[in-house]
Amino acid sequence: MAVKEDDPVTGKQTTGHDWNGIKELDTPVPRVVIFFLIVTALFSTVYWILMPAWPLGVTYTRGLLGIDQQTSVENALIRGAIQREDWEREIATLPYDEIEARPELMQIVKESGNTLFGDNCAACHGLDGSGRVGYPDLTSGRWLWGGDPETVEETLRVGINSSHPEGRFAQMPAFGDGMLDRTEIAAVVSYIRSNAEGIDDLGELDAQGVEDGYELYAMNCAACHGEDARGNRELGAPDLLDAHWLYGSDRTDLFQTISNGRAGHMPQWEDRLSLVQRRILALYVGSLSPAERLEALDVE
Amino acid sequence: MIAQLTRNERHNALIILGVVGLAGAALGLAGRNDLLGYHGLLIVLFSAMVALPVIRALDAPEPTLDREDEYYDDPIRVGVILTMIWAVFGMFVGVWVAALLAWPELTFTDQAWASFGRLRPAHTTGVIFGFGGNALIATSFHVLQRTSRARLAGQVTPWFVLIGYNLFCLLAVTGYFLGITQSKEYAEPEWYADLWLVIVWVTYFVLYLRTLARRKEPHIYVANWYFLAFIVVVAILHIVNGLAVPISWGSAKSYTIYSGVQDAMTQWWYGHNAVAFFLTAGFLGMLYYYLPKRAERPIFSYRLSIISFWGITFMYMWAGSHHLHYTALPHWVQTLGMTFSVMLLVPSWASAGNALLTLNGAWHKVRDDATLRFMMIAAVFYGITTFEGSFLAIRAVNSLSHYTDWTIGHVHAGALGWVAMITFGSIYTFVPSLWGRERMYSNTLVEVHFWCALIGTLIYVFAMWNSGIIQGLMWRTYNDSGTLTYSFLESLVAMHPYYIARTLGGLLFFIGAVVGTYNIYMTIRGTTAPRAAAGDVPVGRPLAPGE
Ligand code: HEC
Ligand code: HEC
Ligand code: HEM
Repeated sequence: MAVKEDDPVTGKQTTGHDWNGIKELDTPVPRVVIFFLIVTALFSTVYWILMPAWPLGVTYTRGLLGIDQQTSVENALIRGAIQREDWEREIATLPYDEIEARPELMQIVKESGNTLFGDNCAACHGLDGSGRVGYPDLTSGRWLWGGDPETVEETLRVGINSSHPEGRFAQMPAFGDGMLDRTEIAAVVSYIRSNAEGIDDLGELDAQGVEDGYELYAMNCAACHGEDARGNRELGAPDLLDAHWLYGSDRTDLFQTISNGRAGHMPQWEDRLSLVQRRILALYVGSLSPAERLEALDVE
Repeated sequence: MIAQLTRNERHNALIILGVVGLAGAALGLAGRNDLLGYHGLLIVLFSAMVALPVIRALDAPEPTLDREDEYYDDPIRVGVILTMIWAVFGMFVGVWVAALLAWPELTFTDQAWASFGRLRPAHTTGVIFGFGGNALIATSFHVLQRTSRARLAGQVTPWFVLIGYNLFCLLAVTGYFLGITQSKEYAEPEWYADLWLVIVWVTYFVLYLRTLARRKEPHIYVANWYFLAFIVVVAILHIVNGLAVPISWGSAKSYTIYSGVQDAMTQWWYGHNAVAFFLTAGFLGMLYYYLPKRAERPIFSYRLSIISFWGITFMYMWAGSHHLHYTALPHWVQTLGMTFSVMLLVPSWASAGNALLTLNGAWHKVRDDATLRFMMIAAVFYGITTFEGSFLAIRAVNSLSHYTDWTIGHVHAGALGWVAMITFGSIYTFVPSLWGRERMYSNTLVEVHFWCALIGTLIYVFAMWNSGIIQGLMWRTYNDSGTLTYSFLESLVAMHPYYIARTLGGLLFFIGAVVGTYNIYMTIRGTTAPRAAAGDVPVGRPLAPGE
């Protein structure tokens, strides 16, 4: 027979069992435990009565409130669509200058453009749009194809070197493949470096063959990059004399660009983003580079 | 160790190892053009490595006849050592993946094995199955014998269970690095490893039952119910969720027999009950033995232990669908998962309360003794985590927390605060007596370990709570115009400081585990105390009159 003992600390009796020195008190289940068991069971029962809950063969109890997650989500989507309906129609149809003249629409462009840009573009162009090697800086005010909303909208729609049948095509040919030899490429590099803005690490090499470089440039490159090397937006050929570089401006970078060629890949968004979203982004991208907007105003 | 086995048993052990080795060779041959080939080879090498000491000691003197009068502690000792090795490995990888989340550029090679996706399951399997599983096997053998006053029912079987289980863990973790996975969370190992685990686990179950049947105590102590529930339910979960068809006998790849939402439901019925029966029931078994033992206090309420046990066992089974709120899973299944999760709070808190109230009359010991403090804090974290769990299971709350770091915070409040702390407390309680030492090599180091673990856990959990709630809010904030306010990237940027904090908290926890391992190592190396401080009632002591 088990011997029950009194526990001096609690004043309770043990059950009399002993497992390697471990004993148990015979304390009754505290009232609060029973209380909360009942409360949670009641809560559950009420919840089961109100909501879809128990299976009944091929169907289930639907609940008095008639709530169902599928209809809830469909309704939420409809409510959201209604909330966006008016301004979405305006952004989709109004000309860009009219949208820009409407502060309340531009506020929406700013807010949702920021999110759209973060979710779709920032992985390549950076969260603030300033780009990195191979991915253009969209805040510099210097453009390959152009920074006005219409042009950006088209760039977004079809992409660059993308899978879109109407895609923009921009290929810097590989002149190292038999068109120019190493000395000739080095000479063109010298020509570019000694004329470009903002290059402050000019060395001895850069002084060699600048004249030849100019000749070679005029023959091989001007067709795309322009006589003055200021680029050509028709072809997406960058300005070679400004201080902004897609692939870098030191001698090795330039040598590689000219010798091996370049073709950046910008995805097409026609299949991924709606027209409204692309138009928001077109305006948003424009707003990243205030310089371009000012320039455009000056011209007029 | 081998000296405890008779010559016959040594032969049996070799036969088993031979069969396993041959099965490995067969797998290796069948899968020689597949990743499976590596695992076949691994099994052969593993069997050979285990066979080596047995062959060496084949002719060593046989044990004396009265070994039946002693508890069988050799497998437990090895189990404790394996527990600590897996702890260090698993937590090291944990710190590594935590650092990768804060600084992805730390991925130091473009080799696939070093990528986050392969390291992460190596962490989860390393800590849950390697560390947690070995701790459960070791402590269950210890508790079972002491509370039954019987030696384990088998001489080779306990070794088979322990070593076989570790072979499973090894196959799992090496598999991830190789790129072998079923892609089911916590059930990643492929079909052959799964089959092997079934054999090991059923053996474990039979061993447990046979030992219980030999017990000399009239009643079964509650810790054993928990261990039994752990063993039985994990077997069921593992078998049902693991049903899969290999694409051929020579391929590591298999496909699960479930598809679509049925697959998701089976997986999370498994996943949640793995938390319930692996990471909760088994560790409650530890709590119910080592806490009263260390505190030298009777369990607060026998009746409370009973209703908690049945409450937990019954209600957990329904709760899995709370992992699939707002998904293709029918609404009614979600309702059931949510409501049973809410009711589950009561038996969970009853267990935590029972543990804390047991400490009445021993609080001065909690203050002075870091080992007991480990177990006290574990009970507190058990309470916090189960409250949080029931809260997160409510659909409306889940719509904020799901897919965020809040889940990771919740997991680690449980994993670090509850699972790891109760394990360390238990191990510190029985390591000295297991090796016949008077006490741990250094109590100061236990204290150091305790504070590293506690501070590490708090930093980790608070960082993830913050980060998770911020994430959840950022993802659901709308502008007046009805578009989302934040991009996903902005939420990542907001997470960065918390990911750094988590890495530091985890590092602290890991350092604690290393200190603990060193302390245990030094204790084992120390000298035997003249009178082993076990204080265990010997096996088969005749019942005293009146018992
Ligand atoms: C996969 C990377 C990638 C993603 C994503 C991407 N871009 Fe681009 N984008 C590029 C590259 C590369 C170029 C330059 C192409 C070239 O070199 O000719 C470019 C060019 C552009 C241009 C032309 C710039 C000019 O000077 O005319 C615009 C505008 C632009 N991107 C906007 C966007 C927007 C808006 C998004 C998000 C919807 C986006 N990009 C997403 C890679 C990307
Ligand atoms: C067929 C038209 C074409 C010709 C001819 C051509 N380019 Fe280009 N070049 C491009 C285009 C298009 C790009 C932009 C490539 C891109 O964005 O990926 C480019 C890019 C460059 C760049 C990179 C600019 C930067 O910002 O990093 C340099 C430098 C350059 N070209 C130099 C030359 C030189 C020198 C020649 C003559 C040897 C030349 N190109 C001839 C079309 C041309
Ligand atoms: C050194 C201490 C530890 C560190 C630094 C750590 C770190 C991590 C990290 C970084 C993740 C991935 C989180 C993500 O993907 O966002 C993770 C996941 C996980 N860890 Fe740990 N961990 C530690 C200890 C533990 C322990 C002891 C356990 C269990 C006993 C554990 C169980 C888990 C589980 C179950 C997950 C998966 C959670 C989920 O998918 O929701 N961890 N851990």
